Amino acid sequence: MNKTVNQKAWFFVIPVFVLVAFNAIIPLMTVVNYAFQETFGNNVFMWEGTRWFKQIMLSERFHASLGRQFLFTFIILFIQIPLGIGIALTMPKEGIGVPVCLVLMSMPLLIPWNVVGAMWNIFALPDIGFLGHSLNALGFDYNFTQQIGDAWFTTILMDVWHWTSLVVLLSYAGLRSIQPAYYQAAEIDGASRWAIFTKIELPKMKKVLTIAILLRFMDSFMIYTEPFVLTGGGPGNATAFLSIDLVKMALGQFDLGPAAAMSLIYFFIVLLVCWVFYTLMMRNEEKS
Amino acid sequence: MKKAKWVVPTIYIIFLMLPIYWLLNMSFKTTTEIINTYTLWPQEFTLDNYKKIFTDSTWYTGYLNSIYYVVMNTVISVAAALPAAYAFSRYKFLGDKHLFFWLLTNRMAPPAVFALPFFQFYSSVNLFDTHVAVALSHCLFNIPLAVWILEGFMSSVPKELDETAYVDGYSFWRFFFKIFIPTITAGIGITMFFCFMFSWVELLLAKTLTAVAAKPIAATMTRTASTSGYELGLLAAAGSLTIIPGAIVIYFVRNYIAKGFALGRV
Repeated sequence: MNKTVNQKAWFFVIPVFVLVAFNAIIPLMTVVNYAFQETFGNNVFMWEGTRWFKQIMLSERFHASLGRQFLFTFIILFIQIPLGIGIALTMPKEGIGVPVCLVLMSMPLLIPWNVVGAMWNIFALPDIGFLGHSLNALGFDYNFTQQIGDAWFTTILMDVWHWTSLVVLLSYAGLRSIQPAYYQAAEIDGASRWAIFTKIELPKMKKVLTIAILLRFMDSFMIYTEPFVLTGGGPGNATAFLSIDLVKMALGQFDLGPAAAMSLIYFFIVLLVCWVFYTLMMRNEEKS
Repeated sequence: MKKAKWVVPTIYIIFLMLPIYWLLNMSFKTTTEIINTYTLWPQEFTLDNYKKIFTDSTWYTGYLNSIYYVVMNTVISVAAALPAAYAFSRYKFLGDKHLFFWLLTNRMAPPAVFALPFFQFYSSVNLFDTHVAVALSHCLFNIPLAVWILEGFMSSVPKELDETAYVDGYSFWRFFFKIFIPTITAGIGITMFFCFMFSWVELLLAKTLTAVAAKPIAATMTRTASTSGYELGLLAAAGSLTIIPGAIVIYFVRNYIAKGFALGRV
């Protein structure tokens, strides 16, 4: 759409700007404050320069939780995106099946995150949980509170359960926006199912898939409540992702300086990845 | 082939329903049954857990608190985002692209980063432990999202609509409320759905900003779990009840979800 230049449009944006700035800039400045200073309470601060940043960048604890975070995010993207597309492709296109699928599939999205964690905890407990009990009955030695591999398996399965539907909803909406004429043309040309998918459906879904990947990346990178309730970051530190580690440092040990420095580094990583994505997305939009 | 298509969504839905069923199953059991036996359905069906939640005020006020701030947040977010999204979709102005990305960055900020500063900030302006504090803090991620979604919907409405209205002698605000907003109801529905959803499910900020008066149900649950031993049945009942508001919201927007997405960013 061709937009007209109108500086007065700023007046429309002011409420949003004020509300978000109120929430974002003032608290962010507090974090910056802590990141460069040492405090012993009572509003006494001493300048520390970049000491906390150096400490965090060199700390093995940070490297480990960052590594776990990236591994987790890649695994869940790798499972959820193809799975979501696959389910969206097989969903009914009309009739009573549509609202039934949509309503049932959206359910996990609207459950508070700590309830998701608690629910999966109960579901996966080796003695009284359905999943844990069944796996053990089948002969697997499964115990997510003690074995690292099982803890990861459960956390990933929980995230797949929780968020795949978002990818399904977005992909489904993308598929629905394809005109029937495209399919008719493909049928006349005798295109295979695979050709229809790669030549028509996938390009048409590009935009929604970018949104889906962006949202899933951001949210899985900030994941806190669900693994915290499910595993508490354990066994040991095996599932202590970045946010869990950060909260432990800030509120548990009250190491405000290093925690603030870590916050800024953390935020910067998310920002960088999302900026790359956003720029690519906008470029695609301009092309089309 | 036609029949086989039902297999994948069915299996997926069964997978989604299993943990929910297990939670419901637990909520109707007595504590002794949960601890001592493994049963696929309740042997001694009991409603005691639910009775406790509906009669004990620490439990049911938690629900009211949550609903109160979620509704407040949804209204604030959508009301503020409507004119802003209109500006982004119709006009070019100084710094518009940067502003849009800056807004989005706030959706990307991990709440864990903000938990402590939020606590200090809202305490210093005397809003700690109020519904307003939680509603305002959730604006941090809901307003950017609302602007993002609404902007998509508004861009899909042709500009000729605005121009025709002005030619017909409509003032801007009359056009905006009488013509424009009714045209994008589907978009507003979807936006409200997402604002409700993200505010309802968020716990970290809600928990940090409240103590007693505005404590959300989710926080009541975690605190109960840690203080009064592990009353699984009660916890399961409380958890099951948190699913209901979401289910009601989904039911109302079910027709918008598919249609709405197709009109918007897609």
